[in-house]
Amino acid sequence: MSSAIANDVPLLSVKDLVVDFKTRAGNARVLDHVSLDIKAGKILGIVGESGCGKSMTALSIMGLVPNPPGKITSGSISLNGRELTDLSEEQLCDVRGSEIGMIFQEPMTSLNPVFTVGEQIAESVRLHEKASKQAAMARAVDMLKAVDIPEPEIRARAYPHQLSGGMRQRVMIAMALACRPTLLIADEPTTALDATVQAQIFDLLQDLQRDTGTAIVLITHDMGAIAELADDVAVMYAGRIIETGSVSNVLSQPQHPYTQGLITCVPHLVPDPPIEREVLREIPGMVPALTNLGAGCAFEPRCEKAFARCKAEKPALLQISESQFGACWVLEEESA
Amino acid sequence: MSFTQTLAKRIGYGLLLLIGVLILNFTLISIAPGDVADSIAGDMGGADVTVIEEIRERYGLNQPFHIQLWRYVSGVARLDLGFSYFYNTPVTSLILEKLPATLLLVFSSQILAIVLGTLLGVLAAKKPNGIVSLLVTFLSLFGFAAPVFWSGILLIIAFVSIFPLFPVGGMTDVTVEGGWFIQLLDLLHHLFLPMITLASIYLALYSRLARASMLEVLGADYIRTARAKGLPQRAVLYKHALKNALGPLVTVAGLQFSAVMSGAVVVETVFSWPGLGTLALQSILARDTPTIMGILFFSSFVVIVVNILTDITLRLIDPRIKTG
Ligand SMILES: Nc1ncnc2c1ncn2[C@@H]1O[C@H](COP(=O)(O)OP(=O)(O)OP(=O)(O)O)[C@@H](O)[C@H]1O
Ligand SMILES: [Mg+2]
Repeated sequence: MSSAIANDVPLLSVKDLVVDFKTRAGNARVLDHVSLDIKAGKILGIVGESGCGKSMTALSIMGLVPNPPGKITSGSISLNGRELTDLSEEQLCDVRGSEIGMIFQEPMTSLNPVFTVGEQIAESVRLHEKASKQAAMARAVDMLKAVDIPEPEIRARAYPHQLSGGMRQRVMIAMALACRPTLLIADEPTTALDATVQAQIFDLLQDLQRDTGTAIVLITHDMGAIAELADDVAVMYAGRIIETGSVSNVLSQPQHPYTQGLITCVPHLVPDPPIEREVLREIPGMVPALTNLGAGCAFEPRCEKAFARCKAEKPALLQISESQFGACWVLEEESA
Repeated sequence: MSFTQTLAKRIGYGLLLLIGVLILNFTLISIAPGDVADSIAGDMGGADVTVIEEIRERYGLNQPFHIQLWRYVSGVARLDLGFSYFYNTPVTSLILEKLPATLLLVFSSQILAIVLGTLLGVLAAKKPNGIVSLLVTFLSLFGFAAPVFWSGILLIIAFVSIFPLFPVGGMTDVTVEGGWFIQLLDLLHHLFLPMITLASIYLALYSRLARASMLEVLGADYIRTARAKGLPQRAVLYKHALKNALGPLVTVAGLQFSAVMSGAVVVETVFSWPGLGTLALQSILARDTPTIMGILFFSSFVVIVVNILTDITLRLIDPRIKTG
């Protein structure tokens, strides 16, 4: 897959990433030839149903796939032209937290309860920038201010249990950005928060992205947020990317039946031309188990447009327009 | 409530508890048939009624119960635990003379068990199916199954009789001469076997507890956060995980302390370690009630102090524990 603007070298490039998990039920191919490109300073959204491999994609980039039982079987992940899958654990530690920051879905449990939030932010500054204790703590206070936490000097001395969920997620963002990474991975940063706080966190991410120029991988279920924040979007299904492209294209002209289904589930997104909503309001059926995926397209059992070929072979990503790709035999037939 | 207020409250409760222990001990011993006068008379090879009455008079044993109790409790408040007729010494000085040896044994073995146990637990949790994990399981089975006197005697057979590496008992060797350093080495030489024996049971307990506690903590979200920050494995394990895993360990170590004190009695006897345990055994055999009560009082005192220290430690480790 080439990037949308051909001569623009991507900041992060994931190519044909395959991740397998050994489970009791057999081998589970959690990621199956996933490819992604993120340009510096852009926001890439990743969407898809629970269990489709969004978090695993993020953890692979961080080099944090739990091993055992999981492992990166093949593929490449390169950041600024540097291959991450070849790095030793020690070298990866230098990348994590310094070049790539990550925030997680669970703000309530993602901070260590026995250290103050200031210490936890300062720790990464001390680690990666060899800063003194005071300098690191001063940076921590600055970061707390940057994520709009009132009275940052006082809050730096608070323990996580003394803060609300929204505050804790702000602290997580401050921690992830403390060493000014070029890439921030936000794995469902708002899922555990209530609606008003969700909007605040998204606004904050957008502001920070504008100020710092950090590229963001934004994993979310919230198509509205994707529409508002992201430049590009990748849609995942059962460990594969089934559609990707610029947000404007994918949301207005979704090509894959699954993407079409996803978008019609969101009331205020109006694809052009409109898709018959009655048919697709809800995607019927269930996500298949990853241990016994057949030879065909994983979405085939739930797809209304499926035909014989869909059962037999997996479709590859096909370029539909300059900045849009889809993996579906229907598209192949149409373009042929 | 502030930390000092909480502490003051805990110390207050501790004092009340001590008074309760004193009253209970005194009452139980008074209810038991026979008294000091009988034992003294027995040691004298029998005595007639007038002599026994004379002894009772001298020890205040013919006074009403509440007067005796009051005299005892107010004596204890002045650190006067009565007089041991058997040793012909005030009980307080008798105990203070033996207490350091017991505290040395108890604390050194506890520190050894906690530090080594925690370390083994962490290493085991790092690789739950690895060799250290297996060792911890084996150690726990052995430690739980083997009674102290048995493992103590085995150690004596192994390292005193077969391989004479350690002295057979006691705390110091009077024939050893030299400066404080030589004396210290001699003390450690004597301490080694009893310390290992007393530590072994708790080493088993703590290493298993540390393993379980670490395994639980290592699955927590904040450990993933620590890794995502780029912290090396070492810092993740020994800083972020261990500080969270220590809570249960400190709690159990605190609760176990009274058991350690009673374990010390057995170990001291096996290794003729001149501490409170040996003194306790001898005074029980001699029916030396003032000494027995004094030892019980001091043990309760130490246990209560350790419990307060446990509380303080827990608070220092985990900020979520509310004061009050
Ligand atoms: N330790 C594990 N052992 C076996 N399978 C695992 C393990 N961890 C994750 N998986 C599998 O990997 C797949 C992808 O999981 P992942 O967490 O990436 O999903 P996700 O898209 O992030 O879902 P969600 O929206 O719920 O966060 C899931 O099907 C899950 O069952
Ligand atoms: Mg996830």
